[in-house]
Amino acid sequence: MATNTTLTKKDFKSDQDVRWCPGCGDYAILNCVQGVMAQLGVPRHQLCFVSGIGCSSRFPYYMNTYGFHTIHGRATAFATGIKAANPELSVWVVTGDGDGLSIGGNHMAHILRRNVDVKILLFNNEIYGLTKGQYSPTSPQGKKTKTSPMGSVDRPFDPVSFALGCGATFVARTIDTHQKHMEQVLLAAAAHKGCAFVEIYQNCVIFNDGAFETITEKTVREDHTVDLRPGEPLVFGKEHDKGIRIDSWEPRICAAGEAELWRADHPSPGAAFVMAQMDSHPELPRPIGIFRDVSVPTFDSGLHEQIRRARSARGPGSLEKLLHFGETWTVS
Amino acid sequence: MSQTHEPDVQPFESVVIRFAGDSGDGMQITGNQFTHTAAVIGNDLATFPDYPSEIRAPAGTRPGVSGFQVRFSSSDIHTPGDQPDVLVAMNPAALVVNLKDLRAGGIVVVNTGQFTDADLKKAALERNPLLDGSLKGYRVLEIDINKRVAEALASTGLSAKEVQRCKNFYTLGLMYWLYSRPLDTTLKWLEEKFAKRPELAEANKLAMQAGYNAGDIHEFFHGRYEVLPCKSLPKGTYRNVMGNDATAMGLVAGAQLAGLQIFLGSYPITPASGILEALAGYKEHGVLTFQAEDEIAAICSALGASYAGCLGITTTSGPGMALKTEALGLAVGTELPLVIVNVQRGGPSTGLPTKTEQADLLQALFGRNGEAPIPVLAASSPADAFECAVEACRIAVQYMTPVILLTDGSIANGAEPWRVPELSELTPFPAKFLERAPEGGFLPFSRNERLARPWARPGTPALEHRIGGIERANLTGHISYEPENHELMCKLRAQKVQGVRDSIPTPEVFGDERGELLVLGWGSTFGAIRSAVEELRKQGRAVSALHLRHIWPLPNGLDEIFANFRAVLVPEMNLGQLVRLLRSEYTQHNFLSYTKVQGQPFRTSELTRKILAILEQ
Ligand SMILES: Cc1ncc(C[n+]2csc(CCOP(=O)(O)OP(=O)(O)O)c2C)c(N)n1
Ligand code: SF4
Ligand SMILES: [Mg+2]
Repeated sequence: MATNTTLTKKDFKSDQDVRWCPGCGDYAILNCVQGVMAQLGVPRHQLCFVSGIGCSSRFPYYMNTYGFHTIHGRATAFATGIKAANPELSVWVVTGDGDGLSIGGNHMAHILRRNVDVKILLFNNEIYGLTKGQYSPTSPQGKKTKTSPMGSVDRPFDPVSFALGCGATFVARTIDTHQKHMEQVLLAAAAHKGCAFVEIYQNCVIFNDGAFETITEKTVREDHTVDLRPGEPLVFGKEHDKGIRIDSWEPRICAAGEAELWRADHPSPGAAFVMAQMDSHPELPRPIGIFRDVSVPTFDSGLHEQIRRARSARGPGSLEKLLHFGETWTVS
Repeated sequence: MSQTHEPDVQPFESVVIRFAGDSGDGMQITGNQFTHTAAVIGNDLATFPDYPSEIRAPAGTRPGVSGFQVRFSSSDIHTPGDQPDVLVAMNPAALVVNLKDLRAGGIVVVNTGQFTDADLKKAALERNPLLDGSLKGYRVLEIDINKRVAEALASTGLSAKEVQRCKNFYTLGLMYWLYSRPLDTTLKWLEEKFAKRPELAEANKLAMQAGYNAGDIHEFFHGRYEVLPCKSLPKGTYRNVMGNDATAMGLVAGAQLAGLQIFLGSYPITPASGILEALAGYKEHGVLTFQAEDEIAAICSALGASYAGCLGITTTSGPGMALKTEALGLAVGTELPLVIVNVQRGGPSTGLPTKTEQADLLQALFGRNGEAPIPVLAASSPADAFECAVEACRIAVQYMTPVILLTDGSIANGAEPWRVPELSELTPFPAKFLERAPEGGFLPFSRNERLARPWARPGTPALEHRIGGIERANLTGHISYEPENHELMCKLRAQKVQGVRDSIPTPEVFGDERGELLVLGWGSTFGAIRSAVEELRKQGRAVSALHLRHIWPLPNGLDEIFANFRAVLVPEMNLGQLVRLLRSEYTQHNFLSYTKVQGQPFRTSELTRKILAILEQ
């Protein structure tokens, strides 16, 4: 898609007042997305933001593009129809951990496996924000909320593992407060031809404040995260002195010099899964960045390709012929 | 047509045959082939396939019986007939399940090769009905079809199992002989069907020919019959059509008349899958089909496609309809065109998946949260499904609204001759996309004379806008929680749907405009009602009929029609759903309800009896 006008971040701000709580991580994401849109060179009328229901899902109202705020959990299904109907559009889904993985988990699985050329931003705050603080499918076990006064007994989903398991062709994770990182991840997602799944750690100041603090807080971030950058070694730490190495299918900390060279385009998602499993090892840094980025034909192109093939084999459909198909007789 | 007029060929006006056998016996194919040939001859016809929901229920058992009833006629008919004149029973279970329906004095063809003790046991029979007098009063034709087919196909080298699978074509041949039908339509079909297995095409041909010859050779029957072509149908080109196919073609035609590409989001469900299957084969017409992960994704993807500028369509049956409810509300609120087809089956829940019913009417009218009016229409027959599908597209596009089209299992799988419309008979209703912002700015929720809002397709410069499920401010469409605005929007949406009324005709009364009783129907009860009223009018009874295609909004002029009758009888295959609506909309009239929920259509005789009882009160 060619650039014909130079757009700025401001061009993507809609005339609607943004109504998230002061300090909500959603603001930072909105700010970053608007900046990224300005860099994509896609005209505003070719962009369409689609969301479900939740605090996060108010997002489309704040973007000066086409937008559809749909129903709880179904944004991915709407986006599939929109992209199929109008393949020229750049379609972005905004969803939450409840919207995308609880009520909408089924549709999420299927859009990922089909590889519909849609970019999905899952704002994970490990809580139901809009309904005022119940535990979500990503809340850690034992989490005390209004509906789990003694702590949640549910085992949580890891969104990245979920997406990898669904056969997603692009999977990444980023952090609301890490604007530079988010920008790079979103640009990579936009460049990916196919379905891109991006988990964004998002702080809900009201109902789950500090959920990711031990990982994302600026003073610890470099020691507690490792950025998966395709083509670069898995080095982390303030001093860039530590690395991650995969040893007998287990991720281990090593010296920077021995760090694994990260590839997101392995035929097998095995390494990406190993990285995703680091979530459950508190002593290991939390992986962020690009877990997977492989090239696979998209659903929408396949759909339209079949129409082209049918038309070249049988000619463009004639209604007259269709109605008269088979044996006919005349009454005179 | 190679119709010979031998002296012993006796003409009949109308004949009903029921083919019955095990689900694996190919009775549906046999019935469809017979139907096809009748259509090509030019008979009027109607069919009623009745099959179990299990693909292969235990062989030989009563629940495993699959039936196909076809009525063919030289005069205009409206139903597949109350009682078969001929019953073809491939095994004891098929015989006992169907015998009670056979007309007194009717013909029974039984395959004696399938009447061993073991077969009787599978059918839970203690005595052999061929020997115990059960068949008294019928003309019984006992043929060991198993053996005859084995003899006829002895030289083919096929396995015994493969040979036995040709039995149905033997019975088809026999019936072709009895009713003086040509074999060529089926011969051609066999060649196409088994193009890759010519030995099977040959075997089935041999079996059919053997059955045909048997009629000639063994004086099974006392002569042959014929049913001449029907000349009383309106002039035109005809073809045989099943309801699901007619629906699919109507949707293609409707989209073309609107100038739109179809996006169908659907999830397989009996008896609606046929529409998805048909549309999936129309790719050269630009039809996009998406077999979604469930019915929710199906409707949501379709509504997304409508937002993006396609004609979004979703097709389903009762349980799937229940899943679509929430998205229907969003379609109402966002005011986008969408066609929803519900091929009704017996409910609630899984209910009777392969049987017919009309019990989803109130669901279609009211089954949503909030004030969510949707136009609802219903097809009366397989052929009528075409026009109704076109009409559903028209309303959706002209009024920017979801539209529900109801058909049912008997329409979906039933067949009848369809007068193929000339393209010039179809009136276009081109969809208009807004191309640029009007002076003063773009207002996504402004309205035209029909109260329809503008359709702005994503990808159009300068019309970027957001829509969604939260109440939209009048004109701008921005989120609005204003009390007055919500009330205004609820009323505008209701008024818009009511306005559809002005685009639909007042239905015509069949019979006199004034009389004792008006029989009012909707959906597939049309045929039985029409037949019953025709019959009673011939006897001089003051009864008329009225059929409603549009159920919401109800057409103008009904009040005046009802006023001309002492009472209005409303037969329905539910426990009285339309009648509830009528009683609340037209409080001045005397509505009588007559209901049947057995998963089976009304018989004409049930209706005549009911009508007479009312008239004689
Ligand atoms: C069908 C339906 N069920 C329930 C709700 C109530 N509801 C709205 S948002 C939400 C959870 C949102 O959580 P999440 O997706 O994590 O979004 P967040 O608010 O945290 O951004 C729920 C349960 C609804 N709107 N619709
Ligand atoms: S409730 Fe939480 S997620 Fe929702 S707007 Fe407020 S801070 Fe943000
Ligand atoms: Mg959340």
